[in-house]
Amino acid sequence: MSALSIKNLTKTYSNGNQALKGINLTVETGDFYALLGPNGAGKTTAIGIISSLVNKSGGEVEIFGHNLDTEQEAAKACLGIVPQEINLNLWETVGNIVFNQAGYYGIGGKRARERVEKYLRELRLWDRRNDTARSLSGGMKRRLMIARALVHEPKLLILDEPTAGVDIEIRRSMWDYLQKINEAGTTIILTTHYLEEAESLCRHIAIIDEGTIIEDARMSEVLRKLQREVFVLSLSDELAQAPELRGFKTRLRNDGELEVEKGPETDLNDLFGQLDDCGIHVVSLRNKANRLEEMFMHLVENKGTST
Amino acid sequence: MNLALNLVAVKTIIRKEMVRVLRIWIQTIVPPAITMTLYFIIFGNLIGRRIGVMDGFDYMQYIAPGLIMMSVITNSYGNVVSSFFGAKFGRHLEEMLVAPMSYATIIIGHVAGGVLRGLLVGMLVTIIALFFTNLQVAHPFIMISIVLLSSIVFALAGFINAVFAKKFDDISIVPTFVLTPLTYLGGVFYSISMLPEFWQNVSKANPILYMVNAFRYGVLGSSDIGIGYAYTILIAFVVLLFSGCMFLMQRGIGIRE
Repeated sequence: MSALSIKNLTKTYSNGNQALKGINLTVETGDFYALLGPNGAGKTTAIGIISSLVNKSGGEVEIFGHNLDTEQEAAKACLGIVPQEINLNLWETVGNIVFNQAGYYGIGGKRARERVEKYLRELRLWDRRNDTARSLSGGMKRRLMIARALVHEPKLLILDEPTAGVDIEIRRSMWDYLQKINEAGTTIILTTHYLEEAESLCRHIAIIDEGTIIEDARMSEVLRKLQREVFVLSLSDELAQAPELRGFKTRLRNDGELEVEKGPETDLNDLFGQLDDCGIHVVSLRNKANRLEEMFMHLVENKGTST
Repeated sequence: MNLALNLVAVKTIIRKEMVRVLRIWIQTIVPPAITMTLYFIIFGNLIGRRIGVMDGFDYMQYIAPGLIMMSVITNSYGNVVSSFFGAKFGRHLEEMLVAPMSYATIIIGHVAGGVLRGLLVGMLVTIIALFFTNLQVAHPFIMISIVLLSSIVFALAGFINAVFAKKFDDISIVPTFVLTPLTYLGGVFYSISMLPEFWQNVSKANPILYMVNAFRYGVLGSSDIGIGYAYTILIAFVVLLFSGCMFLMQRGIGIRE
């Protein structure tokens, strides 16, 4: 069974802006799915419709086989949402926020208190349970929204840019936690602007732009389409000018590092062989941009036409 | 509809509302107590002595039920409008909208919160009134049922106001320009029998007149209007306003894009 099935979903706002132009999407149970797109592409609108916060103009949404129009209660019970914007009652205590959310899903009393403790401990907020949400740091607020979304133990968790604005340490710990709950069986859909995040966490990817899905495939397939990569090489000795290498475009950067563009017909062994022949010693090498980022930019610029 | 789920959800909303009322007691409980104490001192004690008897009761006794009802109405309305609009403004209303509870549960939970605050303040004002005058309850069932129904009506009205409100100014317009004048003209401080016939008839178009008089009948046994009219009007308003709230929630007006 699909965790999420979207058919011909459309949304036109009252100001005439057509945010979604008939998107189709299927997320399989247990998947870790990335939904990417530039700002204003329609990601948050799609998530708003799935979470019943935005009225759709047309199309159908099913969550674990439950139609959102005809079986709304069952569909909603399967879903946990971590929105992009902080939407906590800042005057409420951390413990009460999660406890109340359990209550809204029909979980009360002892069972709710146990769940609150479990998720606040897992997200390292238990010590702050009696503090108001406004006293938390930005990263803690994001973790609290994850705890709140998990308290009813949803089968499908949707996170809309959950790591926006949090430091790298918290981001990494969130990644570990999300991987853990995904391995435990929760299907996860993630939107993010950190493409490194999507590449390292997600097995499937969909790219949405101007209300249309322009790519929907396994992550490995998307990356395989990438035929052009740019590497930055740090050299032991500074060069006066960029060397000419067969099959590669080279450019000397202002900081003395060498930028090398590799096409589909060449490989890194060839590159290192040629550099060795020129007497150039490479100390280290890195991608100029994240691989997925390059692919993403290319797809968005060319509206889905792969290289 | 899953009844067990919705029962837990409605209890949760009521608990949340009560926690809010008690957390900000300095804004929710204290001001009406001070205002009503001043009303009793100025209108009841100082001016009331010169007014003398009204409908067979001394003036302090006469205005006490109206002032209790006034505090219940304004607090029931004020609680729902500020709490629901605050949740909408702060976007934590989304916590409830994504959950599987029914829209009726969201409405009932908030209305119950408003009713409880209204009754809490009403009891406090009654205790204050007892320092100034002697109140014997003539018809306890009528008193309790009228105060409950009136409280529900204004809590529902507050819910509708909150749904339409886009900014904080919008939640004070109705209380300032509609609720307060209607309350003052609703027979809290006078009997409409004192008015010329034309103004008596105009006053009968004010629903608050029926609530205040029916409550006064429950407490003192005296009223300007028939109690049957009051029950009819109140029940009609409850049905109408609840249906309005359900319609707004189902259509997502003011709460969903």
